[in-house]
Amino acid sequence: MRTKHAFLTLWAVLVTLPLLWALMSSFKTDAEIFDSPWTPPASPQFDNWSRAWEQASIGQYLFNTVIVVGGSLALTMLLGALTAYCLARYEFPGNRFLYYTLIAGMLFPVFLALVPLFFVVDNLGMLGTYHGLILVYAAYALPFTVFFLHGFFRSLPGAVAEAAFIDGASHAGVFFRVMLPMARPGMVSVGIFNFLGLWNQYLLPRVLNPDPDHYVISQGLAALAVSQGARSDWSGLFAGLVIAILPVLLAYVFFQRQIRAGLTSGALK
Amino acid sequence: MRHGKYRFLAGALIVPLTLYGAFVLSPYLQAFQLAFTNWNGVDSAPEFTGFDNFSKLWDDPLFLAGLRNNGLMLLVVPLAVIVLALALAAGTRGTRVYRVVYFFPQLLSVAIIAVLWQFVYTPNSGLLNGALSALGLDSWRQSWLAEPNLALWCVMAVMIWSSVGFYVVLFSAAMESVPGDIMEAAAIDGAGPMTVFRRITIPLIWESVQVGWIYLGIAALDGFALVQIMTVGPGGPDNSTEVMGLGLYRTAFTFGKFGYASAMGVAIFFLTLSIAVLLLRVTKRERVELA
Repeated sequence: MRTKHAFLTLWAVLVTLPLLWALMSSFKTDAEIFDSPWTPPASPQFDNWSRAWEQASIGQYLFNTVIVVGGSLALTMLLGALTAYCLARYEFPGNRFLYYTLIAGMLFPVFLALVPLFFVVDNLGMLGTYHGLILVYAAYALPFTVFFLHGFFRSLPGAVAEAAFIDGASHAGVFFRVMLPMARPGMVSVGIFNFLGLWNQYLLPRVLNPDPDHYVISQGLAALAVSQGARSDWSGLFAGLVIAILPVLLAYVFFQRQIRAGLTSGALK
Repeated sequence: MRHGKYRFLAGALIVPLTLYGAFVLSPYLQAFQLAFTNWNGVDSAPEFTGFDNFSKLWDDPLFLAGLRNNGLMLLVVPLAVIVLALALAAGTRGTRVYRVVYFFPQLLSVAIIAVLWQFVYTPNSGLLNGALSALGLDSWRQSWLAEPNLALWCVMAVMIWSSVGFYVVLFSAAMESVPGDIMEAAAIDGAGPMTVFRRITIPLIWESVQVGWIYLGIAALDGFALVQIMTVGPGGPDNSTEVMGLGLYRTAFTFGKFGYASAMGVAIFFLTLSIAVLLLRVTKRERVELA
């Protein structure tokens, strides 16, 4: 019993200690950081945070991320639900072929597509633009979203939709007013899954988003770690790191049960 | 059913299929084509070079270093994560608060994790050396990421640190669906906790464990973001942390050898596919049905 709890506590400490240490360091002066990694700051340096937000552009990066992730999430959910619904509830020639072609996208590592993708986006003049990233993010999130929701739409009862058709609803009307609301639990799970996946993208923006003014947060922070490190504004960098962690931490505090359920159910699909 | 079905279908599917075709399908197909050329992104017509790129891969010390390091990650990381996660999941039965904490790193961007751990490993002001000094272990202090023998292990430790929590939650959810009376029956028959765990719990949650092996196996062939952000070089010191993805990235976007980089992509694709199939085969077990 004793060793069991010691083991559980040890892992909890290993997980939280680096995060708490980064939080503490974000309030220290550079001199204090170099002096000792352990001692708390003599007086909290809130200035680090404002410096990270403004001079180091963390605020700008967060803004870019919200636009890109918000746009691509909305697009992914709309198109993914629509595609999954059509493939799950309508018989038409080529249905199976389209479904498996879409699902195949999950089998391939992104590295395989990287070089041609760069030129596709470049030829469309979309390198380093918000809409370029939004479209690419949505395209890569589509296979899993369709796969997940396809099963969900299949399992919904058909009687309600039929009743709506008899009442004179259009195809689009049945989808938006009847079927989509019934699929809400599935939409929430896959939405959480996609949100985190898109928020955490690193490889795609690294290749497709070379414009520093449009950097997303993961990319911007990594770039700062190189450049600030050279200028040795460590305290500002710690503050930037903590600011980048805070939004997901807050979301987790409020929605922790849904987030864990959403992510693990996605894995088992 | 109302008419206008095909008009609705066409209207609904045209946008998603165009997006998917342009940004996903066509790049994947083009990669297979480019892999057989020496295209450098400038010449208008890429020259067909047959299997040259692939035979070059076998003599490319950087690619081989990446292959070796990804191979080591594949041997170490999935096993370590699954063992740790199973132990922690079994230990946290009934105490949910641990799981809430363990899961958190899963939510962090791998780029953020890389920056955080780069600080932890920093020789003079980092958390790790500071912790060692506080424990009186001054002689264990290292410049962690600058030692060729240690750097890759430091990267793997971060991979393990960041993925264990997810599998704790996945496994403990599966464990909760194992009926308690089976465990009790086994205990009454005289089985110790270890035997119950090995003979009853593990077989009953095997599907989740199998998923874990495959996901972690595929992830072990990546490692790009951690290595690219954390390590010196990146990929150093002395290529000791080089991974295949980094080699591809550098070949394409630093050296402009797009044909050769595509060949690397094709190699990574076949490796990933083989590993996934292999793991699926090896971890296959008779499914245990609960009557």
